[in-house]
Amino acid sequence: MTRQPVHFYQVGSFAVGNRLLSADDRTVQSLRERTNSIDSGHRACQGCGEALGARYALDAAMRATNDRVVAVNATGCLEVFSTPYPETSWRIPWLHSLFGNAPAVATGVAAALRVKGKSDVRVVAQAGDGGTVDIGFGALSGMFERNDDVLFICYDNEGYMNTGVQRSAATPPAARTATTDAVGPEPGNVFGTGKDLPRIAMAHDIPYVATATVADLHDLERKVERAMELHGARYLHVLVPCPLGWGTASNDTIHVARLAKESGLFPVFEAENGTLTSVSTIRRRVPVEQYLLLQRRYGHLFGKNPRPDIVARIQAMADENIARYGLVDESTESTEVNA
Amino acid sequence: MLRQIEGSKAIAETVALCRPEVVCAYPISPQTHIIEAVGAMVKSGRLAQCEFINVESEFAAMSVAIGASATGARAYTATASQGLLFMLEAVFNASGLGLPIVMTLANRAIGAPINIWNDHSDAMAVRDAGWIQLFAETNQEAADLHVQAFRLAEELSVPVMVCMDGFILTHAVEGVDMLDQETVDAFLPPYEPRQVLDVDDPVSIGAMVGPEAFEEVRYLAYLRQRDALERIPEIAREFTQLTGRESGGLIRSYRTDDAEIIVVALGSVLGTIKDAVDIRRDAGERIGVVGITAFRPFPSEAVRAALAQARQVVVLEKSFSTGFGGVLSTDVAMSMRDLDFDLRTVIAGLGGRAITRRSLEDMLKRANDDELEPLTFLDLDHDAVERERERMRKVRRSGPSAENLLRDRAAFSSLPRGGGA
Repeated sequence: MTRQPVHFYQVGSFAVGNRLLSADDRTVQSLRERTNSIDSGHRACQGCGEALGARYALDAAMRATNDRVVAVNATGCLEVFSTPYPETSWRIPWLHSLFGNAPAVATGVAAALRVKGKSDVRVVAQAGDGGTVDIGFGALSGMFERNDDVLFICYDNEGYMNTGVQRSAATPPAARTATTDAVGPEPGNVFGTGKDLPRIAMAHDIPYVATATVADLHDLERKVERAMELHGARYLHVLVPCPLGWGTASNDTIHVARLAKESGLFPVFEAENGTLTSVSTIRRRVPVEQYLLLQRRYGHLFGKNPRPDIVARIQAMADENIARYGLVDESTESTEVNA
Repeated sequence: MLRQIEGSKAIAETVALCRPEVVCAYPISPQTHIIEAVGAMVKSGRLAQCEFINVESEFAAMSVAIGASATGARAYTATASQGLLFMLEAVFNASGLGLPIVMTLANRAIGAPINIWNDHSDAMAVRDAGWIQLFAETNQEAADLHVQAFRLAEELSVPVMVCMDGFILTHAVEGVDMLDQETVDAFLPPYEPRQVLDVDDPVSIGAMVGPEAFEEVRYLAYLRQRDALERIPEIAREFTQLTGRESGGLIRSYRTDDAEIIVVALGSVLGTIKDAVDIRRDAGERIGVVGITAFRPFPSEAVRAALAQARQVVVLEKSFSTGFGGVLSTDVAMSMRDLDFDLRTVIAGLGGRAITRRSLEDMLKRANDDELEPLTFLDLDHDAVERERERMRKVRRSGPSAENLLRDRAAFSSLPRGGGA
């Protein structure tokens, strides 16, 4: 299906209603006959970015595969809030084994499906950032390297939120967590640390790597669909704000995710076979302060004892991303307007 | 068909006859020859309808097996020692999920100090992991146990570990009567899972269970192990009917009818013990042997019945609980509650130290003369230990004890020769 770039500007947030799109371009969630991979009634917090991201991603995967999806889940928020027995939100076959082994479990599922001749059934493995960049990293790299037929989705909320907001290797510099307290001369998480998993995934030369945020759910769905068109190891890294861990208002989840992208702190792109194929350019560039100010985890950078030096370092990170990925299209760059 | 074959190769070929659908492998001595041979059979097409996956760790190996088994495939892997510990979290998980994975454990010591040779420390470290653990005495039995293991595992939805002594069995070339496909197919029906990831009938597998039902879940697992106590001998009998060969079962007694002293042990050392017992029998001592094939579930009643008339029970173990003593001894003692007997534990063969017939004869003679200490370390070089203890008393920075012991050993050449490959 050919797709037209969407340009609607009714509201300052750039939100686009489904009714304004052609039927083919509407999200799965707008369809009457859509699947319900993750049913309502689960225990996610109000404004949970992960619940939203997972719901869109899985229903899109279901649409792309004629409802033939098996899900594997690492331990973490998604696993916990969607269960426990006897309740389960999962309306698709779902397996949770351990925290650090979801990629390998998914490999086993894919191998079993292959040997049983069920090539129409596809495997989606999911984990938070801890289960992806930290404890599951070895298994994930192994799955990538073998090019096993698995779409692995990381719902990145930049910390161990399920256990009470501790630092992970995806926690950004200066962010306050329970294990990187906002004290001392370098408050929050230290600079110069952390893993950039999408780039590491690209270095494995796997068929598909993409990033997305819950601010652009059409883009997220399109990337899931693209991933399901391909076989082999595919990786989707979705930024999912966590109101609890980030100290954001629950009605700001989409807004803050959008600012992560529009500031340049979270680059949104696609890569195939290790090569960058598309970049979502910044529509309306914002300074990182706009993003940081909404989050209490960065509260120590502002207020009575502000740390403009640290904010400047974060801005430098955003600028580096913008340069690396070409996130600002100079020809179409619009000047900032008041939202 | 009787063939002169390496133990590992016999296992690989027997596993292939069991038609595994997913085999995952990470190499660790002394398990390597098994997975190499299975891999070659998959690659050549001799083992068709099977995915062979080279994974990046043992943790991944067991995890791949979990995913495959939960998708309804017959899954197999093999490991040893450090590998078993590295996959430990997934080992517990496989049994908790009730997935009938079969795994060969080529028993090997656990470091540090790193040691690749045989003892039973690895198997004992996971005795509470919820797996059925079967110990093979010979390569013939090891091969046969794998066929029985798949049958048992899939009937009960419990994973089974077939333990065979690393190097002593895995690398020994001897005659093994190999099964044929027809016999194995007659014995082992296709796998019918109790729970499976099926897009046409979706279920959630592995969700959280709170205090309101966790104990019941565990008790059900206990009951399944109790069921295994019934099924293990029945399956072994069926196997005998089909093949004319005795393999498996719970325990096996040797010359125990009038025995006053009975030696209890696991695995390949039973052969040497029987030889030593034969010699002591010729000297008029009434000694017998009970070999335990099923270590988990532990066949308490069978052990109690087999040992009931013994005056002294000597448990010979290739592992020990460092802060306590015998591991198997504890299980034997529990099984013998309220009976009047003396229990002796003999720790032997750690890290591959050879358990010689002569040492066993001496030990049995001391047992017969009531001279055996409650806890004995067979062929332990007490002088070397005392020298190191003395060194540690005198010097704070005495260095790595393992190195000191070996330096002493070079200096004191009269020490008994042990271990080594």
